[in-house]
Amino acid sequence: MTKNLAGTDLNVNEEGYLTDMTQWTEAVAEAIAAEEGVGPLAEGHWKVIRYLREQQAKGAALTIRGMGKSGVVTTKELYDLFPGGPLKKSSKIAGIPKPVGCI
Amino acid sequence: MSNPEQPVKKICLIVSRGSLDGVYPALIMANGARMEGIEASVFFTFFGLNALVDKTLDHLKVSTVGNSALNMAMPMLGLPMTMPFPTWMGAIPGVSAFATHLMNKEMDKLDIPPVREFLELISDSGGKLYACKLAMDMFKLKREDLSDRVDGVLTVGQFYEEAAGEGSHILFT
Repeated sequence: MTKNLAGTDLNVNEEGYLTDMTQWTEAVAEAIAAEEGVGPLAEGHWKVIRYLREQQAKGAALTIRGMGKSGVVTTKELYDLFPGGPLKKSSKIAGIPKPVGCI
Repeated sequence: MSNPEQPVKKICLIVSRGSLDGVYPALIMANGARMEGIEASVFFTFFGLNALVDKTLDHLKVSTVGNSALNMAMPMLGLPMTMPFPTWMGAIPGVSAFATHLMNKEMDKLDIPPVREFLELISDSGGKLYACKLAMDMFKLKREDLSDRVDGVLTVGQFYEEAAGEGSHILFT
């Protein structure tokens, strides 16, 4: 399905995650963040978003433990930055698929 | 199946066993809840306190005595899961330590942290860790014997107060 955000038609799944990460722009991130009740996006958010996109591009599995150990953000900061589902929401804003793990 | 009108808002897990396999399910459920934006409290009682005592929490073992499902661990050794593992073998010295070693290794591969780090993860994520007062008294434990991540020592009544609220659930593990 498609969804119009920040003036562009984006391919998304039924949960609103982008299905094509190349369609992502910073404006798209801002728009998704606003929908998710996150932000306005500050440097702390962007650091996480950039890290998630890098990891996704590498094909790495994302876990909350891995995030805390990444050196990009502490567990506490991640929960503060993306309240109500840190990994799910940050992934959605970063335009990458929803993490599938339990950790 | 799911009812968005009544989401799970809070989960309170009771841990009564102190083996590695007795403790991990609740830690995983608690962390998983926080990741979904669900409040989580874990109440450790009886032998479950083994996971909060600073001197013991790094040394939890898989219970092999009387565990009739140890065939489940066979694939960790490259053996078929259908291979029998007689329960009496669980009592052989070293078997529990070996099973623990195997399981820790497999869990690390899945990015499941060791107990101490797991408690820190849950605590940092805003999850609460509580010790049972009665069990503390029974095992002659003091607050200072516990990990500093423990949020408090509660009576049963206080635990139920903590568990109150719409969309709150209590699970005994």
